[in-house]
Amino acid sequence: MLSRTADNLYWVARYVERADYLARILEVTMRLTALPLAYVGSTNEWESAVATAGCSRSFHAAYPEATEESVKEFLAFSADNPSSIRNCIELARTNARGVRTALTSEMWDVINGAWLELKRFNNAPGSREETLRFLRWVQEISLRFDGSAYRTMLRTDAYWFFRLGCNIERADNTARILDTKYHLLLPEDTHIGGPLDYYQWAAILRSVAALTSYHWVYRESLKPWLIADLLILNPKMPRSLASCYDNLLRYCDAIAESYGRQGASQRKARGIRTRLSNLKMEEIFQSGLHEFITEFISDNNELGGSISRQYLM
Amino acid sequence: MAECFDEMKGADGSVRPAYEGLDAWLRDLSPDVLDQRCQEAELLFRRIGITFAVYGEADSTERLIPFDVIPRILSSSEWTLLQRGLTQRVKAINMYLKDIYGRREILKAGVIPEDLVFQNQVFRPEMNAQKVPHDVYVHIAGIDIVRVGPETFYVLEDNARTPSGVSYMLENREIMMRLFPDLFSRYRVAPVENYPDELLATLKSVAPETAAAEPNVVLLSPGIYNSAYFEHSFLADKLGIELVEGRDLLVKGGVVYMRTTEGPKRVDVIYRRVDDDFLDPLAFRPDSSLGVPGLMSAYQAGQVTLANAVGTGIADDKAIYSYMPDIVKFYLSEEPILQNVPTWRCRDPKHLSHVLDKLDELVVKEVHGSGGYGMLIGPMADKGKLAAFRTRIEADPKNYIAQPTLALSTCPTWVERGVAPRHIDLRPFVLTGKDTVRIVPGGLTRVALQRGSLVVNSSQGGGTKDTWVLDT
Repeated sequence: MLSRTADNLYWVARYVERADYLARILEVTMRLTALPLAYVGSTNEWESAVATAGCSRSFHAAYPEATEESVKEFLAFSADNPSSIRNCIELARTNARGVRTALTSEMWDVINGAWLELKRFNNAPGSREETLRFLRWVQEISLRFDGSAYRTMLRTDAYWFFRLGCNIERADNTARILDTKYHLLLPEDTHIGGPLDYYQWAAILRSVAALTSYHWVYRESLKPWLIADLLILNPKMPRSLASCYDNLLRYCDAIAESYGRQGASQRKARGIRTRLSNLKMEEIFQSGLHEFITEFISDNNELGGSISRQYLM
Repeated sequence: MAECFDEMKGADGSVRPAYEGLDAWLRDLSPDVLDQRCQEAELLFRRIGITFAVYGEADSTERLIPFDVIPRILSSSEWTLLQRGLTQRVKAINMYLKDIYGRREILKAGVIPEDLVFQNQVFRPEMNAQKVPHDVYVHIAGIDIVRVGPETFYVLEDNARTPSGVSYMLENREIMMRLFPDLFSRYRVAPVENYPDELLATLKSVAPETAAAEPNVVLLSPGIYNSAYFEHSFLADKLGIELVEGRDLLVKGGVVYMRTTEGPKRVDVIYRRVDDDFLDPLAFRPDSSLGVPGLMSAYQAGQVTLANAVGTGIADDKAIYSYMPDIVKFYLSEEPILQNVPTWRCRDPKHLSHVLDKLDELVVKEVHGSGGYGMLIGPMADKGKLAAFRTRIEADPKNYIAQPTLALSTCPTWVERGVAPRHIDLRPFVLTGKDTVRIVPGGLTRVALQRGSLVVNSSQGGGTKDTWVLDT
């Protein structure tokens, strides 16, 4: 297939996944900030939302202070922030239109419909209710888009590139939450938090849609190291780093097999995947959770770059 | 002007045979049903429009081209005449192009003045002495035809560069078959759905000799911001070929490749929907970002076929148009089957005096004008405008041609809440390959939806109709 087609498919998936993630971050932050201060401490959760979205620098270039207003505007609706939800949907649709015939009509309907409907939300909604409705709508779009890809796409290289985009973005997103919140997840003996953290832990789980899953997997009350385990090493959790890398390796291998040629991307994906499946949580804590996450984010970026060079240009 | 030929009612008001079934069907049908079908058609088009997606930005759905549900019907004998005429005309156009970029016999014989060719911007010196596979220059032609009487069809324009509109021919038929299965059962309508296959066969037949047994054909589009992008992606999909943009292609060692996920893949035939000017920044406009650097040199080396060829504008230019009957006679030694609209060339003193005499009855066009600029419609102009135009013509007569104001034929059309005659034209698509000319029976009928209007362009309130050619 054309490299541009593969590139567009890869980016359609990334943008939709990113929009979904931003919507979750905003929703969780709204929830946290609705609690009385006594339950969450005096940290600025809006500042933390910007950090989790990975755009602190560009945010502070545009706004002096992280408030509910400014962060909602910047992450959800801003035309100037290239990674706002609005721009993610616009860009996903532009990429989709460029490869209209490589998508199924079901997928096109979802993304084009979303783009048309986006105009309804032209101005940053004032009330929390309206914002919440918008954020839920974004998550619904991503579910429908993902679901229609799963149900209607042929299992060929087009599908695999689409899925690569989705999983690279997802791994990056999960890692960024861990990067911002790692101090809350350190094991008990080194951790200097208190009961305040309970709501933060719940928020972390919510932002990766895993609060319910946590209870099913561990059958325990919230424990920070178990949360870290769930998000990093547990292959059963669809947004865990391990699960993302199971998928990334599978789709890289499917492409290699179909083209009859292995390359740098396959080696890189296999390396990261092997490392994740051999690690134990204790080892990660010993050598430093923060260091581990920083290194993972950079590894994940390298895989993205390697896929680009090998296939998409 | 008042006297125009109605394709259903003829000249004397009696229903012509090809329309009898439609007439009876229309009389049986309640206006409500037709109205409802119109709305369904609109809905279907919107869905396709949205599904296939072009219609641009904010007011996307409004930009659909209006579709009229009453078909335009041509009898099989009318079609046979058109088919013969079109084949003849396109054959002559290809022979003419070969000659113009080759031995130039027609210029030596004095049939066409040299300056009309050599001083013409659309003449491409790069094509001089250039061989093209099987001497085919115009692989896809869209010949615009108007009708003024039962037997009289005029060619209004020969579109020999990158004609568009064929996707509407195909889509209109799909919609009609879904909405009016009953009406189809009253007629034997020749199918058009094989057009994509015919097009692909045509394109494959002109692959360079260096190409593999199964040549790689691609469609080159300017991209998503082009107004015909819908058609480009629609056709690529129907043909099962890659839809590429300039940046997807590269030229290496004189060979054209497309960038794929498995590395560069050789390209043999390019169905290009990009104008000459933008094809190759090294050969033509250096500021073009739509093209492929080096494409022209690969083309000249015979490593890739462009369809249509470069430089075909010199066949459909307005200055050349009036010579088309002479071109047919010169190359084929036959009388032209399809007539031109009578045209006076102001460069000829005898024609000039006639034009100046009858200025208030004629349509005067600038030879190099386009899109209706620099045009005079005599019957609509006031004294001041006529006088101003007279001065301009006298100052530079060779820059003008004149034609009578045509009474385009009409066809019943659904307007507001009733059926009324509206003016129409026809664009059939003529495919020329290695050794055959293929014409799918039908074409795009455009209709001027405003009462009395002769303007069928979609930008000015024109719509489209399904075009039926009867099988027997």
